[in-house]
Formats: sequence, C-alpha cells, structure tokens
Amino acid sequence: MKVTRPELSWWERTYFPAILKGMKLTFSHIFRKRVTLQYPEERWTLPPGYRGQPVLLTGLDGHEKCTSCKLCQFICPPEAIRIVAGETELAKEKFPAEFDIDMGLCIFCGYCQEVCPVEAIWLKDAYELADYDRTNLIFDKEKLLALGRKPPYLPGREKPLEEGR
Amino acid sequence: MNWNSPFMLTVGLPLLKIVILLGVVAFCVAYTVWLERRLLGFFQSRVGPNRVGPAGLIQPIADGLKLILKEDIIPTNARPFLFRIAPIFAVVPAFAGFAIVAFAPPAGPRASFLISDANIGILYLLAITSLGVFGIVLGGWASGSKYPLFGSLRSASQMLSYEVPLTFSVLSVILMAGSFRLDDIIQAQGKLPFLVPLILAFGVYVISAVAETNRAPFDLPEAESELVGGFHTEYSGMRFAFYFLAEYANVVLVCCVATSLFLGGYKIPFLPYETLLAGNPWLVSLIGLAVFAVKAVAFLYFYIWIRATFPRYRYDQLLKIGWKVLLPISLLNLLLVAGIKLAMLR
Repeated sequence: MKVTRPELSWWERTYFPAILKGMKLTFSHIFRKRVTLQYPEERWTLPPGYRGQPVLLTGLDGHEKCTSCKLCQFICPPEAIRIVAGETELAKEKFPAEFDIDMGLCIFCGYCQEVCPVEAIWLKDAYELADYDRTNLIFDKEKLLALGRKPPYLPGREKPLEEGR
Repeated sequence: MNWNSPFMLTVGLPLLKIVILLGVVAFCVAYTVWLERRLLGFFQSRVGPNRVGPAGLIQPIADGLKLILKEDIIPTNARPFLFRIAPIFAVVPAFAGFAIVAFAPPAGPRASFLISDANIGILYLLAITSLGVFGIVLGGWASGSKYPLFGSLRSASQMLSYEVPLTFSVLSVILMAGSFRLDDIIQAQGKLPFLVPLILAFGVYVISAVAETNRAPFDLPEAESELVGGFHTEYSGMRFAFYFLAEYANVVLVCCVATSLFLGGYKIPFLPYETLLAGNPWLVSLIGLAVFAVKAVAFLYFYIWIRATFPRYRYDQLLKIGWKVLLPISLLNLLLVAGIKLAMLR
C-alpha cells in the first residue's frame, strides 16, 4: 500500500504543535464527565436478555415445571448441572428428585434455558454471586426454585414467561 | 537547654531540622503519589482513588501500611547482601538532595529554612542526585533476573546521558546568578524569574529532569509493557517501598530545584514582600514558604500532566534526543548566556 505522508513544515517537525495539541487534549479531559461508575452505590441498567443466575421456575400448580428430561444436563458445557430423576403422581409423571447447579462451574451461556422443552430453567439477571466457600456455590433444587419464585426481577424487566403453561 | 551553646548550633539544631525535613519530605512524597493518581484519573476522565477517606486522602497511609506488612521476598538467584542494601542506595541520595534547598527566607540568624547553607549547593545537588543511579543499577543486577538487569542498564545509560544537558542548563543559571548557592540564585531572581531569560535552559532542564527521574514519557527503566516492572521487578514489601519513595522523592526534589532555579523560589516578581514586611520576619518566612510550595506544586502538576499525555519513547529515540538535540541546545544556550553576561560586564 502506498502511503502519502504530509509535508511537515519546519515548525511542525520540532513536534511542538503536536505536543501542545496533546497536552490541550488531556487537559480538556479534566472538565469532562467522569466515566467511572461507583459500583456498589451506583448500578448499571442491565440490557434485556442479560444472562445471570440460572433459576428453576414454578408452574401455577405450585410444582416445579421441570420434567427431569436432563437435556440441560447434557448440553451444559462445563457440566455444572446434576439431576436425579424421580417419579411423581402428577400428569408430568417425572420430576427432579434432586437438581443441583454448581455456580462455581456455571459459565452463564444460557444453553440450558434454550434447550429446555418446558421452559423450566431460566437465567435471571442476578450477578452478585461470589462466596467465600465453594460448597456454598452448589445451589440445590430448593434454593433454585426459591430464586425462581421470587421476583424482584430488577425494575424494568418483563416477566420471563407466561405463567401456567 | 541552652540553644546558644556551640554544640546545639552545630549539631543539635541541624539534626532537629533534618528530622523535621525528613518527616515533611516523606509526607510530601506520600501525597505526591496521591496527587499523581488523582490527577491521572482526572486527565483520563476517571475519578482516581476516592474511597479511603475524603477524596482518597488517607490512601497513601493505607498503601504505606500495606507495604510494611507485606512479605519481603529475596529471590534464590539474587545476591542477598546487595539485594538488601540496593534500595537504601536509591533512597538516601534522593532525600539528601533536600539538604540545600532553600524553602523560605530565613526568619532570623538561627532560623533559616535550609539545613546546609553550602556555597557549592548546586554542585552538591548534581553530585548527590547522580548517586541515585547506583541504587537502581545495584538493585537490577543483584536481583539475578533478566528484566531488572535490562531495566537497570537502560536506567544507567539514560541517567548518564541526560545528566550532561541537565548540568549545562543548570550551568547557565549559575552564570546568570554568579553563584552556586541556591539562596543567591533565588535572590538574583527578585525582579524576574530566570524562566524568562533562560527559557531554552528551562526547556532542556524540564525534559532532562523527566528523564533523570525515570518518568513517562522516558520511563524506559521500568517500561511495564517491555520489562515487567523494570529494575524493581523482584522487589516486594518495604524494599519496593524504598524504591518507590526514592522515585517520588526525586520528583519532589526536581520540583523544588526547578522552583529555585527557574521559577524564582520564594520570590514574587514586582512584589518585594520581604522589604515591605521587614519588621515581621516569621510572617515573611511563612509567606515565602507558601509561595515556594505553590510554585513547586504547580510544577508538579505540570510534571504529572506530561506523564498523563505522552506515550513512551523508543530507546534509540531517547538517546538521540539526549545527545543530538538537548546537548547542542544547552551548549548553545550556555554560549549565549555567557556572551550576554560578558557584554553586560564590559
């Protein structure tokens, strides 16, 4: 590629114009709006479709929607989901006796949500999930259901699914 | 206690002054770091440290505590004795330079604001600040690791190269004032700071001083993107803090010296407050101290502004500027000043 270089005058070749221009630019930054977000006090507004904490959803009948088909367990890239299936008298016949998500492994890819045929798992917009103990990061069925039952979904968020399907 | 005894006058008083000065300088250095981080934040549309105390003002104390509590690691490949003493070699000259800085007009025959009224003050300053490079070279070599070694070698050649134009620019100031004493130089700037007649020397001094103190855009000895941390890569804890302290003490020293040599020290042009308030020497001293501080901080601000603006030079560019641009300019300037001085003497 042929590059045409501008002819510099003697004054420009001393670099002084460029130096002064640069210093003027940095100086002007003092008066600009700060870009820093003071995190714990200020929060950013999450974009729609933000993928945070995966939760289990409850149907209108009060039972978890999950039918324990294990598709999410199979598709989960880091193998963070563990399901033990059980039988139930309900119409769905099968239910998860145990359903654990290891939040230490979860990569928030949302494949479980996409693959779920009954829309029983859904990624909420909670993102402050740190803990001092790894064992606390294994979320069991009760905890996941409780997280899914409980809005607050952050303000301005539509509900994830039509309830009672 | 008899303050007029010869012992007190020759040993006690200077010692007391040294202790006070060390404390004040250490405090100033800590808050230089705070100012730099804060201003760099502003220059980059950030806020800088603002969590520890109001406006982050307790941050330097927190940082210092952290560094004291950290583990002092000595690498297996290091030469332990040299590795241990190298930071001291860096920090002592940086603080020793303050001995001849005249911060304010003396409030009385025994209440001067400088520790040593040496009549070769500038020579002492040039000599003692050159010693700082030993700490860096020793530390880099004694670390037994390649990046510190590269960093310290770069530092050595950089500081040696820039010492030459720096000295020549200071020489022109000495010619103008006709004295090596810092106080005489400040007195000579009563009407007009040397910044105006010696603008060339001032430019050379500023650029060389930035290079001497190893700061951006001439921070090649610690170029993070190339050399990890530079000469102090292997240092941790208090020994690292010593290098840090030395670097910023040098920055403060350069600001003080630039204030004395070029900005007129504690003098205010066209306002001889010393003669106006001659009856009140302590008030004169305090005003002088404030004027000096304001000038030094303004220069410090300029220093940080430069750091916030320019990217790092390449190594060959750095040496080229030093030898092919700054040295001829400073020599030319020296010649000019000498000629003018000679013409004025005739």
